[in-house]
Amino acid sequence: MVLQQIINGLASGGIYTLVALGLTLVYGVLKILHIAHAGIYALGAYMALVAYKIYPNIYFAFLFAMATTAVAGYLVQKYLYWPIIDQPRIVPLIASIGLFLALEELYRLIWGPYVIPFPQKFHWKTYTLGNIRLPGADLFVFALSIVFLAILYWIVNKTKVGLAMRAVADDKEVSEASGINSKWTIALSFIIGSALAGAAGLMVGVYYNSIYPTMGDVPAYKSLAVIVVGGMGSIEGTVVAGFGLGLLEALLLGFLPFAFPRDALAFIAMIIFLLIKPEGLFGE
Amino acid sequence: MNYYLTILIYIGINSILALSLNIIVGYAGQISLGHAAFYGIGAYSSALIATKLGVSFWVSLPLAIIITAVVGAILGLPSLRVSEDFLAITTIGINFVVQAVFKYVKFFGGALGVSGIPFPSIGGHRFSLAAFALMTAIFTVISAVVAHLINTSWIGLGLKAVREDELAASSSGVNVYKFKVLAFVLGSALAGLAGSLYAHFMMFITADDFGFPLSIAILSMIVIGGIGTVRGAFLGALLLTIMPELFRPLSDYRMLVYAILLILFMRFLPEGLIGDESIVWKKIRGKA
Repeated sequence: MVLQQIINGLASGGIYTLVALGLTLVYGVLKILHIAHAGIYALGAYMALVAYKIYPNIYFAFLFAMATTAVAGYLVQKYLYWPIIDQPRIVPLIASIGLFLALEELYRLIWGPYVIPFPQKFHWKTYTLGNIRLPGADLFVFALSIVFLAILYWIVNKTKVGLAMRAVADDKEVSEASGINSKWTIALSFIIGSALAGAAGLMVGVYYNSIYPTMGDVPAYKSLAVIVVGGMGSIEGTVVAGFGLGLLEALLLGFLPFAFPRDALAFIAMIIFLLIKPEGLFGE
Repeated sequence: MNYYLTILIYIGINSILALSLNIIVGYAGQISLGHAAFYGIGAYSSALIATKLGVSFWVSLPLAIIITAVVGAILGLPSLRVSEDFLAITTIGINFVVQAVFKYVKFFGGALGVSGIPFPSIGGHRFSLAAFALMTAIFTVISAVVAHLINTSWIGLGLKAVREDELAASSSGVNVYKFKVLAFVLGSALAGLAGSLYAHFMMFITADDFGFPLSIAILSMIVIGGIGTVRGAFLGALLLTIMPELFRPLSDYRMLVYAILLILFMRFLPEGLIGDESIVWKKIRGKA
């Protein structure tokens, strides 16, 4: 029973981590709270719908969703954030919230306010290990998020692009002085982060078999709590906090004897955590 | 007529909310994305005091203001520990947690909310709608005067010192902790006033009235009007209250228009319509 909950928690933790990692990347290089990131995540799910109209194949849907969200992320940073980057922090923050609202409204107007099922039915097998049941959908989501995490880890830590991203996150002026094109590095962080969000959106669409305009709401708030606990800009911290939140939710919801607001839980955990360690898990 | 009076009352309540958030965000520079929580605490305090103790609006109003101010001081404490973006997210968190408490704890009426909140009356005579509008107008003017006095007094100077540079402020003898908490106390007290007015006007409240989108709307009011100024808070509250009414024919596109306006404002006029640094305001001043 406990193991069952843990597997559940790892699956949702994987999704939280993927969404929050995009935020972390963006926050690292641009120091902006990119609330509209969750709008990009929902875009990933809707783009999967579009992909299925063109060519009904799950791999194509993944590619299509990630490519379109990457382009969306690029446009957002270029035309919305970059021009107002020197304004007081509240300005990009509100612009981001405005964009999030606008995106959700657009999805509602284009695809309607109702829940759309994912266009392909997956017949998940349930594996058994001793007397633990391992639902195939959970395994799929968990495994896929590990794959994405590994790719991201490789990009950030083993490539020149990743080095530039870390340098810009550390000190934009100094890295520019040492010949790093910070504008392009920031754009790339958005592109990678948004593609991850797009993949996460598609995965959630598959996992819950539902796509709807406000599907980004809950991940938006939760991923904020995750990056705060992770230490704002720390990739390791985000991974630990993302999976930690998934596990905490699954365990508490499985065993608490009373009804509990699932969405407030992330914030309660965050506030308690901040009172103990205000700089987050891996923050400076 | 009743329609216009109701709109007028909403404008008044929203102006008080904008003025109150302006003290926290505009004067003291503490980003708060959870102001609806304080509004809700004011409304729930007033509603519960009036319905459970059976007292009148005139008793529940001051009590609600005091309770909201005290809770504001407690919930403002994180601002001492965390900074800027951390605080922004923490205040979102506070909004969600407060709303969840209202919704899930039976004492606060749970999902059903609180009903049967008495409409204000004097000597057994129930207020007319016009009388309520007049009272709201008076409270709005009082709030504006209070906000103006805060802004121009030593408190305002201290708050602005904290906003501009915490380190410099504290090294020139400004007690940063004291002023941050003070900003949350003053801002929350006014939000409590607005909440109490709302509760006794609607006579029925639920947790859904005080969600995160409302916090965004209040913040948008002061940013669109011109942050840190009393006139800006008024204009923002006026515009954002009237706009949905004007856009009623657009019905389905209303939220989209609002969201796009928000983006355009941040992109092209981040100083707000009549903020101190706004081009529009400078032109008006230049001609006068």
